[in-house]
Amino acid sequence: MTGLRKLSFDAVVIGGGGAGMRASLQMAQSGFKTACLTKVFPTRSHTVSAQGGITCAIASADPNDDWRWHMYDTVKGSDYIGDQDAIEYMCSVGPEAVFELEHMGLPFSRFENGRIYQRPFGGQSKDYGAGGQAARTCAAADRTGHALLHTLYQANLKNNTTFLNEWFAVDLVRNQDGVVVGVIAIEIETGEVVFVESKATVLATGGAGRIYASTTNAHINTGDGIGMALRAGYAMQDMEMWQFHPTGIYGAGTLVTEGCRGEGGYLINKDGERFMERYAPNAKDLAGRDVVARSMMTEILEGRGCGENSDHVYLKLDHLGKEIVHNRLPGITELSKTFAHVDPAVTPIPVVPTCHYMMGGIPTNVNGQAITQIKGKDQAIPGLYACGEAACVSVHGANRLGGNSLLDLVVFGRAAGIFIEEQLQQGIDYRLASEDDVDRAMSRLNALNSNDNGEDTAVLKRELQSCMQNYFGVFRDGEYMKKGRDNLNIMRDRVANIAISDKSGAFNTARMEALELQNLFEVAEATAIAADERMESRGAHSRNDYPERDDKNWLCHSMYHPETKKLTKRDVNFKPQTVDTFEPKVRTY
Amino acid sequence: MLVSVYRYNPETDSEPYMQDVEVSLPEGKDPMVLDVLNLIKEKDQSLSYRRSCREGVCGSDGVNMNGKNGLACITPVSEVVSRGKLVVRPLPGLPVVRDLVVDMGVFYKQYQRIKPYLQNSSPAGGRERLQSPEDRAKLDGLYECILCACCSTSCPSFWWNPEKFVGPSGLLQAYRFLADTRDEATEERLADLDDPFSVFRCRGIMNCVSVCPKGLNPTKAIGHIRDMLLSRAT
Repeated sequence: MTGLRKLSFDAVVIGGGGAGMRASLQMAQSGFKTACLTKVFPTRSHTVSAQGGITCAIASADPNDDWRWHMYDTVKGSDYIGDQDAIEYMCSVGPEAVFELEHMGLPFSRFENGRIYQRPFGGQSKDYGAGGQAARTCAAADRTGHALLHTLYQANLKNNTTFLNEWFAVDLVRNQDGVVVGVIAIEIETGEVVFVESKATVLATGGAGRIYASTTNAHINTGDGIGMALRAGYAMQDMEMWQFHPTGIYGAGTLVTEGCRGEGGYLINKDGERFMERYAPNAKDLAGRDVVARSMMTEILEGRGCGENSDHVYLKLDHLGKEIVHNRLPGITELSKTFAHVDPAVTPIPVVPTCHYMMGGIPTNVNGQAITQIKGKDQAIPGLYACGEAACVSVHGANRLGGNSLLDLVVFGRAAGIFIEEQLQQGIDYRLASEDDVDRAMSRLNALNSNDNGEDTAVLKRELQSCMQNYFGVFRDGEYMKKGRDNLNIMRDRVANIAISDKSGAFNTARMEALELQNLFEVAEATAIAADERMESRGAHSRNDYPERDDKNWLCHSMYHPETKKLTKRDVNFKPQTVDTFEPKVRTY
Repeated sequence: MLVSVYRYNPETDSEPYMQDVEVSLPEGKDPMVLDVLNLIKEKDQSLSYRRSCREGVCGSDGVNMNGKNGLACITPVSEVVSRGKLVVRPLPGLPVVRDLVVDMGVFYKQYQRIKPYLQNSSPAGGRERLQSPEDRAKLDGLYECILCACCSTSCPSFWWNPEKFVGPSGLLQAYRFLADTRDEATEERLADLDDPFSVFRCRGIMNCVSVCPKGLNPTKAIGHIRDMLLSRAT
């Protein structure tokens, strides 16, 4: 068939969140024909929901702060499967990337001396853990993600990036040499299908928290990039590693920033006890997120939860006083009033651990090049790049520290942009896609469009989300995960057999939701298999049947291969370039 | 509960119509209007609307509910329902693409027109530009805009002159940069706005203030711009 309209660019970035727009900005600044293709208007992307801040050693709160301390914290936070070359890059380049944002106009909060305000966040220390709590998270009140996303959109406008707003990427197009040469995309307003051809394709499609029933993530976080990459046959890394944020609002799932605890708030159980003192005597409420989330679940499971069903705990802020709560945490005040019907300056907020962040994703190197392994050796996939939450570079390993996601997305969005720039300057010459190549990428969309009698998206989505919530949550167990995998096995054919009754073109959200659900399913299956087969507990991955960390067998990344549905191992990088290796230690807070 | 929702599919409908749907709400709960739309869509997937964050920060789901603009995701049904009926229409004054989805083109065009980015050509040095907490506080109530268009599409002046009057949202953003001590383009920004329409079509009706889901006050910002324009002229 084909006969599709074709658009051609030097680089196309799929996703208009922080990572995507930082990458597109980099390339647009140097004059390359760059498109940012995004299924929502850019400022609707999920980066907008980030609250507490961007962690970075800019030495504002503490003039002696050192990026190496930040690196130590991040390596420890990752439970030692974060790649140390990537973490070194992120922490050392970070200050430059943050100052750039400030120069673009990001309205950071300020200290009296006029420098950027920094607040304490979980897992932060001075002097490699020996110097006590650090305050390293740069903030714009508790709306840092909003401020960052709008600033990046504004900078892209200034630099004439081409935006393909409300375009939905369906699948990758590869030529006969296996080079990624663009994507098939739907212009949502009209329904027209277009081949967007490009010398470099960057997946910056964000997370997929909607695989769980209870999540802080936006409706749009459906793992579209992961789905596309898995369907193209590429292996995903560390997909078992999902962060459950300690403080999602009970019932609604909306996020309450860790910054609340950074500003002095703490968690209490039904007896009013500050229980984190028992689990993490030093860092208390500012221990790693995985540690805090598990402690909360333990309180609840042992009967010390709050409320009628003893199924949540409280986040207490009222002792901080109205001024601090309302001035430093105005967004939290709003959200608590709307979704929990409490003013946090007066009444504690009911909270529960809630799916928040995907540490795994498309394996990349520090240049944003997507990586595959051939006979156990890393190899870049020609034409394909990834950055932000969709990528696994991996700076977060088994557990991300608060404030490190915004840093990850600006640093590696920027790095991918810089690298592609260099490649484009040297000249990239690929064979064009043939009609067959394009047809192949159209097969999923064609199947959906021509199916008149099949499964219903909404029903399947509920089933998928409840399966993941029940069998692959904060605590995992081999026996239960087997059941979950069986459920998913049965679901696979049904997900391939979705039918939509509405076949119209103009702004057809039914078609989009069906395609999104297929992406969610790919992510869920990868998560389930990787979780079941990593037989240890590490970071966010906690198993009742294997409660200990097993460095002998599992101090490594997992690689999930979609075609065989098998897990292999990939070495973690322990070779930073300018500092000594941080050796694995017992991780306590 | 009876929900009356605006429907229009350009491929199948010759004109828009209101569709009445009976929705059973979960007992003892006061869901948001977005929850209600989601319930309707589970039964009838042809209903189209935008939504993303579902917590009032992305600005996707601005709609008109029983006559008042707001975000569907943070508006409890009880707050807008009248005589047992919830009426949901697209934001007024913009072309309808389909159902509750409007073409925001002219709204975004007015945003771009005010050059919504910091302009400062002085070398910044290797660190951040300094700004006192007092100067930074001047941006509060301005930078929080989420571009949902609830304000501009409730403004009669914007309905009449969407191409010439910047509108409350765009002007709020214009003042956000005029008020930023780091910005050096005050004169150029004011010159761009100095005509009978861009700013002065604001008649102080203040619909923008009453609908803003973030509690912002575009009328006040517009007042500040007027003052700056007037003192520049004298």
